Amino acid sequence: MSELLLEPVVAPSDATTRRRSFLGGRAGAAALTVASLVALVVGIAGSPLPLGVRLAIAAAGAIGAVRGARILASDIAGHPVDVGFWLAAGWLLLLLLSAVFADLLPLGEASDVSKTLLEPTLVRPDLLSSHPLGTDRQGLDILAGVIYGARVSLLVGLGAVAIGAFVGGAIGLLAGFYRRGLDRGVAILSDSMMAFPPLVFLMAMVAVLQPSARNVTIALGIISIPSYIRLVRANTMTLAKREFVLASRALAADDRRILLREILPNVVLPVVSYSFVIVAVLIVSEATLSFLGLSIQRPNPTWGNLIAAGQSDFDQYPHLVFGPGAVLFITVFALNRVGDRMRLWWEPKSR
Amino acid sequence: MEPTPLLDVVDQTVDLVTGDQTIQPVRSVSFQLRRGETFGIVGESGSGKSMLAKSLMHILPDNARVAAGSSVRYDGRRVDELPSREARHFWGTKMAMVFQDPMTTLNPVRTIGAQMTDPLRYHLKLSRSAARERAADLLARVGLSEPKRRLGQHPHELSGGMRQRVVIAMALSCDPELVIADEPTTALDVTVQRQILDLLADLRAERDLAMVLISHDLGLVSRHTDRVAVMYAGRFVEHAASAAVFAGEGHPYTAALLDSMPRFDAPSHTRLRSIEGRPPDLRALPAGCSFAPRCRYADDRCRQERPRLLPVGPGHDVACHRTEEAAAGAGTVLALGRDDPHELSIEQEVG
Repeated sequence: MSELLLEPVVAPSDATTRRRSFLGGRAGAAALTVASLVALVVGIAGSPLPLGVRLAIAAAGAIGAVRGARILASDIAGHPVDVGFWLAAGWLLLLLLSAVFADLLPLGEASDVSKTLLEPTLVRPDLLSSHPLGTDRQGLDILAGVIYGARVSLLVGLGAVAIGAFVGGAIGLLAGFYRRGLDRGVAILSDSMMAFPPLVFLMAMVAVLQPSARNVTIALGIISIPSYIRLVRANTMTLAKREFVLASRALAADDRRILLREILPNVVLPVVSYSFVIVAVLIVSEATLSFLGLSIQRPNPTWGNLIAAGQSDFDQYPHLVFGPGAVLFITVFALNRVGDRMRLWWEPKSR
Repeated sequence: MEPTPLLDVVDQTVDLVTGDQTIQPVRSVSFQLRRGETFGIVGESGSGKSMLAKSLMHILPDNARVAAGSSVRYDGRRVDELPSREARHFWGTKMAMVFQDPMTTLNPVRTIGAQMTDPLRYHLKLSRSAARERAADLLARVGLSEPKRRLGQHPHELSGGMRQRVVIAMALSCDPELVIADEPTTALDVTVQRQILDLLADLRAERDLAMVLISHDLGLVSRHTDRVAVMYAGRFVEHAASAAVFAGEGHPYTAALLDSMPRFDAPSHTRLRSIEGRPPDLRALPAGCSFAPRCRYADDRCRQERPRLLPVGPGHDVACHRTEEAAAGAGTVLALGRDDPHELSIEQEVG
């Protein structure tokens, strides 16, 4: 009887100690981190190994390095540290800074073919050379293309989100607050916008207007409006019923004050964390449009048109696609990661 | 000649549209309030006491209206006929309200200072620094330590009792002459309840405030008010000086409420008596007295003819046929007819 009672109590504690000793505290974590980083470098930096094996080594190295760093950082800080989040935030910061200061960086030529006549073409990636991500068929530098492409991606993504959040937010705020006829009209409008296939809308837009960064931004902004209307409208409806709105009304606040002072500050938080996800979606959308030739055209580089240009040589020169593809993937992943974390930060406070 | 009462409510009735029906959560309520006087309104949940408060503050929900024929005069003038310029500053500076739940009455994402200075700047046209100065003084007056620091804090950093102090400070910020406190202590710990009620009493004496104290707790209300009205199914069923109501010789409903209160002078193991039946359904009120289905003194007349609020003694109004009859016979038949609850419960304990 007593053994039966004891067993479940002993088992988990036993398991935890075994796990502890396996990782061996700080020293073990440091060893894991270093070994994983070495694997990562071996995987990335050119070596005679076949590409598939190198990718596998690099992926294993990346996962191990994050795990090791998390244990190490948590141990040093004394509380759990979300290393993945900080890496994601660091990546976004790095991307932002290199896009802003691209002109000052010692990069190869990214768009003007006349300047690359003497450059070697189709160079494979070598992180230590002057073309870290290699060059394409015209000798244009892939890393430079990716960084100048980041300008387009970030500009279009952030710009479109700004349009969507501002217009959709304003409409959602009014519809959720005043309800009645206005709300019904807005619901029909946003539902029909959502029912309209976005790709068809974008193609029609590009067919009529120039496929410039500005026009693509506006088009993607319009597409993101209905989801912002829904988000803000739903939040406003619940907030408008809260007692603090009643309380400020009892102090004779008018509708404008209640909307701007009481409800808007509460709506901003979910809108910002949602925007991280939407920026990621719009960056992918822009890349898709570029890939299809419906956005900014070659020779101006974007992530999408770099991938499109590289696809004909993909079987021999996969770096043409993998370079910009990996940057796109990591960026979208990082945006989602940061957005999730932001939501967790803000939620308990708004309770 | 009697001076003009500060607040004169005559036949206040509220229509509430729910689904396809219109119900009346408040029916023909009349009362007067002199300067500096405290008036209590007691009733169980759903009796219409909060609706009455909201109708006086003009913050009824969208589906509720004050019915035609109602009138509210403040200082002799009808509040619904105030010129719009005056009306804009009336609520908040003349009449203010303290709400039930301090957890939801404050905006979670704005600082205490921002929320407190809004009405000061709007109604009193104070500068930002003067408003902060005054807000800090108010916080000090309601008993918060470090008032300057509190201004920069968010509501979640304060305890429930501290938040209710902030809510009271906000209600008093523009020097109102009348404060409506709707269950100001219901959401608080018992130990804090007493402090908040003492604070309200102090402030009332200090500023010669008139106050309407709304609660479901008859004992609490009678200790802190000059006069009390007992509300049932939207009507006042008894209205008298607090001590007279607390004596429990008026309306059978009041007597039943008093019986359901725990008492120190009762023998231990005494069972509390609950009121039989359920609160009335406002959609289908009986033709006669609303309390008749739950009243043990009810006869055929009670079930058919609605009793009016009539005087049974000096300054003591009761809406009950049986009490009226007893009063006419110059005796308290009601009190005699009531069997002793303690005796009965002891029998029940034995059985």
